[in-house]
Amino acid sequence: MTESVIHVEGLGKLYRVGERERYFALRDVITRAFTAPFRRSGPRKPKDFLWALRDVSLDVKQGEVVGLIGRNGAGKTTLLKLLARITRPTTGFAEIHGRVGSLLEVGTGFHPELTGRENIYLSGAILGMRKREIEQKKDAIVAFAEVERFLDTPLKHYSTGMQMRLAFAVAAHLEPEILLVDEVLAVGDIEFQKKCLGKMQDISKSGRTIVFVSHQMGQIRRLCQRVLWVDGGQIREEGPTGKVIAAYEEASMRTAQGAAGANVAGVFLGWELASGGNILQDGLREATFSFLVNVKEPIRRGHFGLHIYNDATALVASWGFDDLAFEPGVQHIEITVPCLPLRPGSYSILSSLFNGGNNLTGGHMLEAWNAVPFLAVDTLLLGHKQDAWVGVTNIPANLKVTARKEATRA
Amino acid sequence: MSAATQPATLAHPPVPVLRITPPTRWWVVPFAELWDFRELIYFFVWRDVKIRYKQTAIGAAWAVLQPLMMMLVFSLFFGRLGGLGSDGLPLFIFYYSALLPWMYFAAALQNSTNTMVENQRLITKVYFPRLALPLSSVLSGLVDFGVSFLMFVVLMIYYHIRPTAALLWFPAFLLLAILLALGAGLWLSAMNAIYRDVRYVLPFLVQFWLFASPVVYPSSRVPEKWRWLYGLNPMAGVIEGFRWSLTGRGTPPSRLLLISSAMVVVVLLSGVAYFQKMETTMADVA
Repeated sequence: MTESVIHVEGLGKLYRVGERERYFALRDVITRAFTAPFRRSGPRKPKDFLWALRDVSLDVKQGEVVGLIGRNGAGKTTLLKLLARITRPTTGFAEIHGRVGSLLEVGTGFHPELTGRENIYLSGAILGMRKREIEQKKDAIVAFAEVERFLDTPLKHYSTGMQMRLAFAVAAHLEPEILLVDEVLAVGDIEFQKKCLGKMQDISKSGRTIVFVSHQMGQIRRLCQRVLWVDGGQIREEGPTGKVIAAYEEASMRTAQGAAGANVAGVFLGWELASGGNILQDGLREATFSFLVNVKEPIRRGHFGLHIYNDATALVASWGFDDLAFEPGVQHIEITVPCLPLRPGSYSILSSLFNGGNNLTGGHMLEAWNAVPFLAVDTLLLGHKQDAWVGVTNIPANLKVTARKEATRA
Repeated sequence: MSAATQPATLAHPPVPVLRITPPTRWWVVPFAELWDFRELIYFFVWRDVKIRYKQTAIGAAWAVLQPLMMMLVFSLFFGRLGGLGSDGLPLFIFYYSALLPWMYFAAALQNSTNTMVENQRLITKVYFPRLALPLSSVLSGLVDFGVSFLMFVVLMIYYHIRPTAALLWFPAFLLLAILLALGAGLWLSAMNAIYRDVRYVLPFLVQFWLFASPVVYPSSRVPEKWRWLYGLNPMAGVIEGFRWSLTGRGTPPSRLLLISSAMVVVVLLSGVAYFQKMETTMADVA
């Protein structure tokens, strides 16, 4: 049984806000001290406190790559800072087995006046490497960052790209048992991100544990087996990557698009996949959408529209069915597609029902429904392996190479 | 048969187990942890010294020019014109021997006051015992001290002053100076991290402290019955100690030194306690 390398119980972090601001200067402290006997002080108001993290418990096993997702301000970075010992918890405790390396920022410790070589030593030492270790890895670091020519130039003469490459090169050669990464991979150009991701994958393959905070679901999907969704200082959901990301994306899209709740009074009562639920597991097999409708009038020359939008509100698939006829009451409408090869992610469904023709032939619309829940596609990535080249569709392909036969002389 | 233990190599170091809890015992000094991070402290000192010397046009010469110029000004105005006396020592020696610890002390105060704020980004991104920062500020000043000490040796040779057996006490006084710089530095760096206007108060504090210390006048000028009060200034003992151990003349150790040394210990221990207590809030307000 693999042991937990990170064990957290009831961890909480309380920040005091508001009143504190008023005495940030020594002169204010002195003034307060003198006026103290004259001031009527009441109990601290509740709005003065902020629980950035509250009663968080989790376990991370060795070799796991765990992703932390959530909105800005949810508490992900606070949790990481607590695990990195940068700030102390207010309640609870955490137990860590192994050396921790924290990558909360690129270029920690860099000083512009020092040369590249000097900064490697400085940054390496700050991140926790011993002098011996830095000396052993120095050549590898320089090669990874591709800055051999500029080793002896002060860092202030480096371009931003070079600085970041060097910073990440140092951090990448840190070999702690546990690595805490905070959105570091979000900065920089595509090339840089590719390199970072590749290195992280190497690190995870070598059996190290990684806790990774990111806003880029693509990166999380690639690296993490388990994801924790942090919301309002607590863990809202945790589990396999696909499931948690689907729930998170749905909630985000819902707040963004302001989708309605249950549609009890309307025509559309609900929908699901015939295989159950709203998560599509295989895009290459037949899929059936099952809608429940409640019509008050007989449908003649009816029109049913089904439209699927991705998270960028682009229409990725759409069908329209005309000349429908059925009686009033509760009806099941099932739409089967031979395959639905969409890239993994969250999709919103718009379904519409017209009577007496469609929108162009004079029919009247009974309802256009923004279906809830959203469709979550949780399949393997079958197309291009690189994040930047993942297309809207998700279809496998085969490649075969054969030599061209020379024309033979008759 | 003895049990064989597998030596810890770079590839398989012993796995440390760490417990992260809310802060409790702030009065305990983490000696073991500081020793663990000694290489980082070395790198901080190295960085500070390198930056300081890269940024000044005259580099190391500044470490000599500053005390020399002060010595000249003091000799002219306090020595010659003011007639404050010099315990029988040549004026230059009198002032320079006091300027040695004083310049070190003032520079250490300046550096440690700012260090937590300057390294703010570092503190919020990486873990290391925060004590390492003011500690390295205090240690990096020793490099400048070494350079200005060489100048002092030149002066001693010029005035044909031979060091006496009192010189054996010199390391003790140097240590006292370092401990005092550390204690005061801890107070100031912690205060400045939280109340950001401390660094504006510092120049006045240093100025006042200079005249409250026997730099421009010998402590023998202070009336006998007030000397114990004067000794509450820890720098008083340090400076007189420097003068006496380096030249063999001046004021020999007395009750004043005892009181001053006790104050050094008080400042140091309270500084460590205050710093540790404030440490937990420093990362939050940064």
